[in-house]
Amino acid sequence: MEFKIRPVLFWLLIWQGGSMALAVAHSGGKLLLASPVQASLRLLELLPTPAFWRAVGNSSARILGGFLISCALAVLFAALAAGRPWLRDLLAPPVAVVKAVPVASFIILALVWLEGRSLSLFISGLMVFPPVYLNVLEGLGRTDRKLLELARVYRIPRSRRLWGIYLPQVLPYFRSAASLALGLCWKAGTAAEVIGLPAGTIGERLYTAKVYLETPDLFAWTAVILGLAAAFERLFLAAVDTLAERVGG
Amino acid sequence: MEIRVEGLCKSYGGKQVLTDLSAVFLPGITCISAPSGTGKTTLLRLLLGLEEGDGGAIYGADCRWAAVFQEDRLLENLSPAANLRFALGEIPEAAGAMLEDLGLELADARPVCKWSGGMRRRLALARALLAPAEALALDEPFAGLDRESRERCLAWIRRAASEKPVLLATHELAGLENVPVLRLA
Repeated sequence: MEFKIRPVLFWLLIWQGGSMALAVAHSGGKLLLASPVQASLRLLELLPTPAFWRAVGNSSARILGGFLISCALAVLFAALAAGRPWLRDLLAPPVAVVKAVPVASFIILALVWLEGRSLSLFISGLMVFPPVYLNVLEGLGRTDRKLLELARVYRIPRSRRLWGIYLPQVLPYFRSAASLALGLCWKAGTAAEVIGLPAGTIGERLYTAKVYLETPDLFAWTAVILGLAAAFERLFLAAVDTLAERVGG
Repeated sequence: MEIRVEGLCKSYGGKQVLTDLSAVFLPGITCISAPSGTGKTTLLRLLLGLEEGDGGAIYGADCRWAAVFQEDRLLENLSPAANLRFALGEIPEAAGAMLEDLGLELADARPVCKWSGGMRRRLALARALLAPAEALALDEPFAGLDRESRERCLAWIRRAASEKPVLLATHELAGLENVPVLRLA
């Protein structure tokens, strides 16, 4: 998502003004709402520390690991289900349940089964599966039948069909699902970390900030999550776009 | 090489399109001529194995085919060379000369969606002619072509037909006077 700079500056000013007004009006106002300046300064303090990068690395590895593993599984199952109505029907109820049930329910349930470290990987993967699976399935269902007939007559091998017919058809569907899923997996993954509290993660730092009412830390870490989510989304979608340019269709 | 159909029948939703059709296709061009909607495309699709007949039998059609369909069926975002590579695996040596004679350029890097309808049709025909096929099914291959392009295409089709059956569905028989014609009712 692209933002224009002026509206962003406007809302930052509103935030700054709100924080200053609260500090004047209330004795604990600074604790209740840190200003963007305070949050930025705190972020600058955190940046050079090894603990910051350890937390970023641990959370990114698990949340993005969950995203990538789930994407691969969703594409695989969509490919299998596209030609097998019984498998599509079989997968429909669990996919609908995962879509509808609040993520907190899954997090608490998963805490019973899994240790805190694996929780964010599992939860982010769980949130990614339904949109990617359903969109890829939709894309496969709309594959150009006429090109498939051409491939059959010319006896074009599966690998070339994949490159020339299926990928160009499915990639736009996959792209929009991946964009949505990347946002979801960061939200759900950090929520899982806040509840599961695995050591040395962004979620743990958010929880600590909440316990000690360190709102500058809270906003600084939130900004880090937003930055990581945006950066990975750009990188991942750029890779998808590069692939899309190279295939036929 | 001989392709034979005996007593072939096909209907769609109660409408009989082919009724008790029998014919033999030998190496060379065979024109399939009929008004629109009377089974030319259906016959080719049955021979290509893309549809099942309601009755009758087809012999000798389980060979390697290449086809020009009613639509060009090209990969729109790819160049002509990439389109040929997709269908044929590699670009045959003869491709450059054939495309040049048909007024096309193999090295043209533009995606074929930027080409004119006539150029795209000629590329679809070249793709079929260059394929290592034992039989050709050409469904209105001259659609949208001017007279000169049509003659050039026909010359290449005649060359291909010297060694394999070429089934040419068309409603325009100009230039095909000495060719056997299967007329569908």
